[in-house]
Amino acid sequence: MFEDMVTARYYEERLQEEYLEGKQPAFDISAGPIPGELHLAAGQEAAAAGVCQHLRDSDTVTAPHRPHHVAIAKGVDLNRMTAEIFGRRTGLSKGKGGHMHLFDPDVNFACSGIIAQGCPPAVGAGLAATKRGEDSVAVAFLGEGAISQGAFLESLNLAAVRELPVVFVVEDNDWAISMPKDRVSDVADGSRRADGFEMPGARVDYDDATAVYDAAKEAIGRARAGNGPSLLEVQVHRRMGHFMGDPESYRPDEDREAAQERDSIERLAADLRSEGVEDDDLEEIRERARDRVDEAIEWAKEQPKPDPEEAHEDVFVDPPSGVTTDEPTHEIAGGDD
Amino acid sequence: MAQKESQQAVERELTMSRAMVEAIGHEMREDDEVFYMGEDVADYGGIFDSTQGLLEEFGRDRIMDVPISETAYIGAAVGAAQQGMRPIAELMFVDFFGVCMDQIYNQMAKNTYMSGGSVSVPMVLTAAVGGTYNDAAQHSQTLYGTFAHLPGMKVVVPSTAYDAKGLMHNAIRDDDPVVYMFHKRLMGIGWMPAPDGPKTPVPDESYTIPFGSADVKREGDDVTVVTLGLHVHRALEAAETLAEDGIDAEVIDLRTLVPLDTETVLESVEKTGRLVVVDEDYRSYGVTGEIIARVAEDGLADLEAVERVAVPDVPLPYARSMEDEVIPGTDDIEAAIRSVRS
Ligand SMILES: Cc1ncc(C[n+]2csc(CCOP(=O)(O)OP(=O)(O)O)c2C)c(N)n1
Repeated sequence: MFEDMVTARYYEERLQEEYLEGKQPAFDISAGPIPGELHLAAGQEAAAAGVCQHLRDSDTVTAPHRPHHVAIAKGVDLNRMTAEIFGRRTGLSKGKGGHMHLFDPDVNFACSGIIAQGCPPAVGAGLAATKRGEDSVAVAFLGEGAISQGAFLESLNLAAVRELPVVFVVEDNDWAISMPKDRVSDVADGSRRADGFEMPGARVDYDDATAVYDAAKEAIGRARAGNGPSLLEVQVHRRMGHFMGDPESYRPDEDREAAQERDSIERLAADLRSEGVEDDDLEEIRERARDRVDEAIEWAKEQPKPDPEEAHEDVFVDPPSGVTTDEPTHEIAGGDD
Repeated sequence: MAQKESQQAVERELTMSRAMVEAIGHEMREDDEVFYMGEDVADYGGIFDSTQGLLEEFGRDRIMDVPISETAYIGAAVGAAQQGMRPIAELMFVDFFGVCMDQIYNQMAKNTYMSGGSVSVPMVLTAAVGGTYNDAAQHSQTLYGTFAHLPGMKVVVPSTAYDAKGLMHNAIRDDDPVVYMFHKRLMGIGWMPAPDGPKTPVPDESYTIPFGSADVKREGDDVTVVTLGLHVHRALEAAETLAEDGIDAEVIDLRTLVPLDTETVLESVEKTGRLVVVDEDYRSYGVTGEIIARVAEDGLADLEAVERVAVPDVPLPYARSMEDEVIPGTDDIEAAIRSVRS
């Protein structure tokens, strides 16, 4: 869990550096090696790590527009994910999806950049597991801003009436771009949304990975045992702007500073130390995480860019006649070579 | 051409977003029933600067941040409009219409018809469109065709600050629902540099540009290029390059898709005999097909050659090399113009 968290944090730090390259002095979103929007999750690691610790490769996770920490915790191939973010041919989606749209079927991970729209497919994964008599579960991650969406509420209901093995995890970082939670919801505790569906709801108030781990253990255990869905809300913090380049002029300085101070990673490190884990051991984990991330970024940057013509491929898995392209399909190298 | 004269008379140049905001502010001052709802439109001033500065003047009751619930607030705009108010609802990216399309095409667009004309829905739905910055398939679509295809909404697509202001005044005053689609790349926001064209002189006072009046942005005798939005500027650039080779292209900016000014297009094709239609939307079943069909219906005899330039029928890819491949560039427009000439 600690390793997932430090990997995710360091990954975001490195991506931030890479992202800003070529975008200075005047910020231009379309310049540099990583173009497009980039939503970083520094401060939110505890939710992803605490939950995904209980998951197997065969369990499904759907992530929203801020997916890296969840992807790392779910075990998405780091090299190919990084290549995707750099828009390379050997990326998870051959450079077609990008940072908000990571798909790794090997570990049943998918994303959507449209708010709350990962919830219904998670219900579908739960439905498939139930129909097949398998004990896998599905977890849908979303932000607190997403809990006003129809897709989320409809998914809670469908999962509840069919008693499906789905866990909804709300990462409450207090902000939906510029909108503070109290301006868009009269209910501070988002887990209470579960009440209307006769579903268990729980909230972890401090971004405390151990407490998330415990709460998720119960929720995922319940789902796996065939006892239906639940909702878990986790308080996290957004240490950065909504997206890279966000001037955050709407955000009070105190709030930004408070978010920077509360650090789930430091908190977990302190807990581990108090349980007798040596500093050296923690440093060794950090070291390993840094190496892995640096390697992934190096690897990704060396990968080939897609040929423009590849844009025409993959609209269909099985193109009907009249839609096929003349272009040869390219061999996609895996992340391990 | 009256428009060109009035543009020359003013010196003050505005970005497209400032021009839009000026029209909205003006209408809000004139009419208490006008208000603006959307995500991040208050403190943020709109992700694409579509409401910059309005919160300070009008306060939170009239510049309303809303929960991420497009079905609820766009539907609420329909309801308020049916009560006679004049709401403007912003869908941050047009790509998000999927979560709220019922309110748009079954309510906003159809209530007038289904009520036999007894109910009117005087609202504006604004939405950002367009790619060119590698935000991939869920945040880069242009989707003009989808909205224009469904009856009951007027569809507006400005390409310059001057047009943006005049068309916005019109949109707010119109008694029908209007979809006002602005291209992100034209807005003049800090983090997404615009090409030179959209920043134009804009008069201080209010003025309207009638819907259904296309604008000839460049006159020419050899080829008619019909386009809208960002691609007006790309077509103008292509036309300038071709002028060096003695090819004189006329560039028509449609400005509104519903109503569509077929007349101006037909007149131009009568003169040039050659037609290129350029669109940042998908190729099939869209604007390019519609324009060509209309010219074929009413001007077939004049038509010697025709070509369309649009996004092939693929979702927008993320990587820059592939995005450049599918979004029509100045080169593609140039090649199409040369090809209809040969
Ligand atoms: C349907 C839809 N509406 C709006 C958006 C634009 N948008 C992207 S992220 C975001 C805020 C999300 O807030 P939250 O769910 O709290 O997640 P956070 O960004 O805080 O992680 C919005 C409004 C979108 N992507 N999809």
